[in-house]
Amino acid sequence: MDDAIISVRNLHKWYSGVHALKGVSLDFKRGEALGLIGDNGAGKSTLINILSGVQTADEGEILVDGKLVRIARPRDAMNLGIETIYQYNSMVPTMSIARNLFIGREPTRFSVFGVGILDQKKMGSESIKAIANVDLHLRSPDALVGELSGGQRQGVAIARAMHFKSKVMILDEPTNHLSVKETQKVIGFVRGLKEQGVTGVFISHNMHHVFDCCDRVVAMARGEVVLDKRIEETSIDEVHNVL
Amino acid sequence: MKRLFKTYLEKPELAGLILLVLLVVIFEIRSDGVFLNQDNLRGILGILPETGLVAIGVTILMISGEFDLSVGSVFALMPMSMAVLMVEGVPFPLALLTGLGVCAVIGFINGYVTIRFEIPSFITTLGMLFIARSLTIVVSGGFPPLLPADLPNWLFTSFVGPGHMFRMSFLWFVGIAVLTSLMLSRTNFGNWIKATGGFHPAAASMGIPTARVKLACFMLCSMLSGFAGMLQVLRLGSPLPSIGEGLELQAVASAVIGGASLAGGIGTVAGGIIGTILIRIIDNGLVLSQVDANWFKFAIGFLTIFAVVANAWMRKRAKAIKMEN
Repeated sequence: MDDAIISVRNLHKWYSGVHALKGVSLDFKRGEALGLIGDNGAGKSTLINILSGVQTADEGEILVDGKLVRIARPRDAMNLGIETIYQYNSMVPTMSIARNLFIGREPTRFSVFGVGILDQKKMGSESIKAIANVDLHLRSPDALVGELSGGQRQGVAIARAMHFKSKVMILDEPTNHLSVKETQKVIGFVRGLKEQGVTGVFISHNMHHVFDCCDRVVAMARGEVVLDKRIEETSIDEVHNVL
Repeated sequence: MKRLFKTYLEKPELAGLILLVLLVVIFEIRSDGVFLNQDNLRGILGILPETGLVAIGVTILMISGEFDLSVGSVFALMPMSMAVLMVEGVPFPLALLTGLGVCAVIGFINGYVTIRFEIPSFITTLGMLFIARSLTIVVSGGFPPLLPADLPNWLFTSFVGPGHMFRMSFLWFVGIAVLTSLMLSRTNFGNWIKATGGFHPAAASMGIPTARVKLACFMLCSMLSGFAGMLQVLRLGSPLPSIGEGLELQAVASAVIGGASLAGGIGTVAGGIIGTILIRIIDNGLVLSQVDANWFKFAIGFLTIFAVVANAWMRKRAKAIKMEN
């Protein structure tokens, strides 16, 4: 496929004897919102961790924009424009919104060997812009993330990914433990990705959420892809049956 | 107004600061005005840098989510290794660099073992507490060596300023305090320290080199402790192998009184310094108020618990102040 932004070929991963990924090949198409579904232990988190650089594959290749790449660290993924948003893992609750937005990518002045003075003015003004861009209304970029609701935190995480112009946004079960209203908001964010030309990968246990906001659904079971169809060509029942 | 109130209530060092002001007033009254007179202040400020520098290191390390119990032993080992070298004829600057090098190595080992084997730093540094103390006595051969006469005391311990108010060590202390404080609050490295201690998985997933950040904090903590130990030895004029015993827990108390969280992520250099000052003035104020000096540790213990409870309460109050999000 020519319009694949990320292609994975024959990925394998073993965990101390367990074969977690058994030769997964998949194309993530440019501008598409893809829903990834599977039970616990189906391998979807492993696949995502490999794409975001948290783990490395034991075998197989990853192509981004048709070029073979190596993703050994989270930094590598971020530099390739792949941003991952986790339910828990992406925000430091004891730090302000502005500081969270720029963790690891702080704008600095006078930097020596990568360490420098923070450009706090820029961080403040850019985070206000970034938050407004995803239609989130927050009191001030100096508020602590720990005081935000779960949905607002996801909003800030998405704002961060948008701000750094990521090409692919992976959302790992972003709606777990969220209220109905906030879940709707997050689903709204995912729908909004397409307008911004961002490829979305939405991982969830919840079929309804996936069918609500994705163009294509991929189901995994026991470390393999067992279904890969466009939303209009399949149904919740069919996906249920293959799992 | 409400927002301002909330912002201040959220400051981790607030409880310590309020206690500090209260105690200064009480001691000043109880001692009939002796407490704040020039001679007494000069005494307090002369000792403050030694425990203060250790507290700065421990506070920063604690913010990164780790812990160092070996600071008291490093406090003794660094000046002892310098003294042994100088007896052998090594010039002071070279001995100083070697001493700091020893501290850096100890900090590196503390950090490396903790991170590599994923064990609590409490254990690693508890072991190092014994190891470094033992090394101090071993290198001294059981007898504290005589320090040479031509030491650069003018650079570290001489009195300076109006009315000979400060020792040079105080200027070092202020300089290091300002630098480390700016590092923590104004640089991206400070941001990484807070993120690493605040929520490790988030820091790691955002590509922060958390292992290197922690290692740097461990090394900084050890080097500050060693440097502080050297200041004390230069002030006393003799490298006793027993100095700094119990200092590790006082430093932790300082950090905690100043609002640092044992869990990491929260704290300020200023808080650690406020905690140290509190401990120093209680030590001094109790004597001036003619209280039996054996109550000193009681007071420190009470203060530690009280400050943390007060801090937790204030943070809760701050959270309860609803702002429209």
